[in-house]
Amino acid sequence: MSVAVEEKARLGRTTIGFWVYLMTDCLLFASLFATFAVLRGATADGPSGKDIFELPMVLAETIILLASSFTCGLALLGIKSGNLRQIVIALGATYVLGVAFLTIELSEFAKLLSEGHGPQQSAFLSAFFTLVGTHGLHITVGLIWLVTLAAVLVRRGLTAKVSRQLTLFGLFWHFLDLVWIFIFTVVYLMGVSV
Amino acid sequence: MTLQKYIIGFVGSLLLTLAAYFLVTNNTASGLTLLLILGGLALVQMIVQLVYFLHLGDEARPRYKLASFVFMAGILVIVVVGSIWIMNNLNANMMDMTPTQKDEYMKTQFDKGF
Repeated sequence: MSVAVEEKARLGRTTIGFWVYLMTDCLLFASLFATFAVLRGATADGPSGKDIFELPMVLAETIILLASSFTCGLALLGIKSGNLRQIVIALGATYVLGVAFLTIELSEFAKLLSEGHGPQQSAFLSAFFTLVGTHGLHITVGLIWLVTLAAVLVRRGLTAKVSRQLTLFGLFWHFLDLVWIFIFTVVYLMGVSV
Repeated sequence: MTLQKYIIGFVGSLLLTLAAYFLVTNNTASGLTLLLILGGLALVQMIVQLVYFLHLGDEARPRYKLASFVFMAGILVIVVVGSIWIMNNLNANMMDMTPTQKDEYMKTQFDKGF
């Protein structure tokens, strides 16, 4: 087998393995969504979603994360064409947008905590912090992974190994955006309207 | 995997997100209708992103990614719908009872062999 063919086969195998991990991660989120859906009304005389959610901020978070998913896609296109400059710029944009998303989320958490609406106040808030916090934790891990990959990319250039890992990172990042759509819809939009 | 596909995915997702958002803020619909529309919009956006961002349709046979996704989706639906169903049922049947009534209800259910 030629080197290019072998590399392609290897990328295919690695991608499927990582994809299966993403599917199990989906099931983790499924159980947290189920918990949230069951406990959403259990506010224990505390605030409900209607009282605490600020939709404009959440819309901003959603659009920022969607944009970062898009720039991440641009980085993947850069790998395909071997354009190092495009990859670095697109990854930089993805990082900045990811940090912006996380900052808004953490400021929302900080505000809720300072008003006394922490996870200990009601089952609804416990489920809310667990679900949204788990997603935020994934984003944090993704950002650390991104910085590590960028460092390797700058030092060693676009090797076969880095391209492979960047492809996996791309899948991870797109996947997190997909999970966020459901948090946006189920937790925030439905939480405010019912 | 082309630039065009990513742009379609991005613009499509953006439009679907804004549609869902303004549907809620403008009080265009309410109650069950609103929930169903919101759920529908989220599902459409999921498909848009799966196809245009995660390239689920580009896979050569055998389609392991698609197969594992469908399997995962099946379990997801069972876990989420099943939990909501069971817990709503328990709420509807037991939330108005006193603790003694709850004990008795559980006892009769147990005698029936569930």
